[in-house]
Amino acid sequence: MKSCLVVDDSRVVRKVARRIAEDLGFTCEEAEDGQKAYEACADNMPDVILLDWNMPVMTGIEFLERLREMPDGNIPKVIFCTTENDMEHIQRALQTGADEYIMKPFDGEIIGNKFLQIGLIEPEQLNQG
Amino acid sequence: MRITDFDLYKELLAQKSGLVITPDKSYLLDSRLTPVAKKWGYASLEAMTMALRGVPDRKLVQDVVEAMTTNETSFFRDTKPFDIFKDVVMKHMLDARQGQKSLKIWCAACSSGQEPYSLAMLLKEMGAQLNGWRIDILATDLSEDILDQAKRGIYSQFEVQRGMPIQMLVKYFKQDSERWLLNDDIKRMVRFQPLNLLEPMTSLGRFDIVFCRNVLIYFNEDNKRKVLKGISERLESDGFLFMGGAETVLGITDAFKPMQGQRGLYITKGGKHDVLGAAE
Repeated sequence: MKSCLVVDDSRVVRKVARRIAEDLGFTCEEAEDGQKAYEACADNMPDVILLDWNMPVMTGIEFLERLREMPDGNIPKVIFCTTENDMEHIQRALQTGADEYIMKPFDGEIIGNKFLQIGLIEPEQLNQG
Repeated sequence: MRITDFDLYKELLAQKSGLVITPDKSYLLDSRLTPVAKKWGYASLEAMTMALRGVPDRKLVQDVVEAMTTNETSFFRDTKPFDIFKDVVMKHMLDARQGQKSLKIWCAACSSGQEPYSLAMLLKEMGAQLNGWRIDILATDLSEDILDQAKRGIYSQFEVQRGMPIQMLVKYFKQDSERWLLNDDIKRMVRFQPLNLLEPMTSLGRFDIVFCRNVLIYFNEDNKRKVLKGISERLESDGFLFMGGAETVLGITDAFKPMQGQRGLYITKGGKHDVLGAAE
């Protein structure tokens, strides 16, 4: 089973995202800020990371910079999931090594489609949810 | 909704658009026609139905048909057909049309434009391979309102997120607060034209590739046959037809045959694609 790390300082958002990822057939871990996410990755590198931008302690973009420097840090697909919805943020995320970008609010269909596009799931898995 | 009211809409839709509506879909009539009734100032859907029984305004009938036939769409809907378009269909066409360097594509029910624009972006991405080619993308739909919307090329944040890779958004759209505006160079690649698929298609000319996805599911058997026959006559002998994943030509027409291993892709009966492995 593929694994997903949900990084968001909102417990509610983590719960929603977790549910969506689990429905798509992923096991899930949660982290409430970039630092906790970094520790989780050092422990066990996930297949995909759903990443908020604005969080206390360490932001999403700071975490992404560090992640990509870690051994095996290029393995996880990183999808930003944030209320930041302007072109500057999107471009900075892509330059830093994000694979996809979702502007909140999101739903299961948007996440499912992004998973499909970056090759994390097959089309058949989309329709099961 | 009362049975007699349901029958009125059933007949009206079948007659005007070919859309088949079954009783289990009657909730769609309520959810989609209530806003139309409101727009026209009727106190309720029942009141509008009464008016339709008399001598209805032609424009009201048009609004009813459009409300019921406007369907779900998204950029790069279902993803896979666009991979097939690039890897199978364009691979063939790049070679087969190398001489005339011209390609004609028809999106037969384009709705708010996401499908033809997705194709335009994909072709743009092919870059130098298509240098000097004349590419014509015709996009038609029954609804003139939806075509106006398509021509504007303005989409909500929700719409641009459904199915479109973020790199495409960055490359081909400009942001205007909550709205995303498609760049002119992509918009210019598509021409829009109103068309009822049950009416003659001969004036459209001929095409190399036709997209007619998730449209025929709403048609009865006779109309499906009629539309597919029309499309087969518009398609070049080595042309391709894309249909929706849940659709089939089986038992309806032998004008097309499915391509093995390429879900939703069809070629004409006499089409010569031996190397590509068409199912017999």
